Amino acid sequence: MWRWLHPYAKSEATFALNQKLLPWFLIPGLLLTLVGVIWGLAYAPPDYQQGESYRIIFVHVPAAIWSMGFYVSMAIAGLIALVWQIRTAEQAVLAIAPVGAVLTFISLFTGAVWGQPMWGTWWVWDARLTSQLILLFLYLGVMALYVAFEDERAGGKAASILALVGVINIPIIHYSVYWWNTLHQQSTITKVITRFESPSIAPEMLWPLVVNIFAFMGLAAALIIMRLNNELLRREIHRPWAQKILNTGDKENSDAV
Amino acid sequence: MQFDSWSAFIAMGGYGVYVWSAFFVTFLCFGLLALEAVWRRTKLRDEARKQQARQQRIEKAKRES
Repeated sequence: MWRWLHPYAKSEATFALNQKLLPWFLIPGLLLTLVGVIWGLAYAPPDYQQGESYRIIFVHVPAAIWSMGFYVSMAIAGLIALVWQIRTAEQAVLAIAPVGAVLTFISLFTGAVWGQPMWGTWWVWDARLTSQLILLFLYLGVMALYVAFEDERAGGKAASILALVGVINIPIIHYSVYWWNTLHQQSTITKVITRFESPSIAPEMLWPLVVNIFAFMGLAAALIIMRLNNELLRREIHRPWAQKILNTGDKENSDAV
Repeated sequence: MQFDSWSAFIAMGGYGVYVWSAFFVTFLCFGLLALEAVWRRTKLRDEARKQQARQQRIEKAKRES
């Protein structure tokens, strides 16, 4: 397996792989978003308690799930960067952090505009909301540490360590609604995996939600690949392979950024 | 279709402001991230072109001196 993975320590090989993968995330991501959003907004039935306001779930839950999912992937990249000293993995940390931060922000914002009509407040310092806010600060911390050093490799190492240490927050976020009395409700879907319980949501609402969960994964992964490609080109702008792509990219770039 | 009319769809049972602002902000964020990535690629392309032009000028000057 290591023999297979090792070529991707080279920027050029990672870039070529990224170019192949990008359409497989971007196109399904866009199509599923279209389907999921229209299904969720117009065709899913209203909730018997929350009326139409519950439709925020179709952006809130996917963003929240992937804010944690991509944090774990960022930490794995950080681990690889620290253990095997692979620079491409450091660049992956840098590419994932802003996208993860945006997903976390979306989950907090959509949660606030859902909380106001349903709970009567934009924000409470309950365990779920607070631990999710800490996740946002962890992402911002990783981004800040990365650029806080003169030497990019030193910054990458520091950011990777913070990413790795911050993983402790992920189970805290997930189990916060069980460990403490929270205003936030308990999990509806992810308990299928973590508690082996069936989802407590009507199938007519579950399916558009599942579509949007996959849609958001596709969109976020595509954005991460685009950022990583830019970062790979930036660091090797003097190398012939990068110059070749940047020179010839004008025509093909519009559909394969 | 759960709504009888466009106006009912926009109103979202009185929760229109909350629902639509949530969806708007979500996709605005994704859009901005995508635009930023495309913009940065354009900048990189300009930077590469500038460096190559400089390299050529240096080589030309070396040849002529």
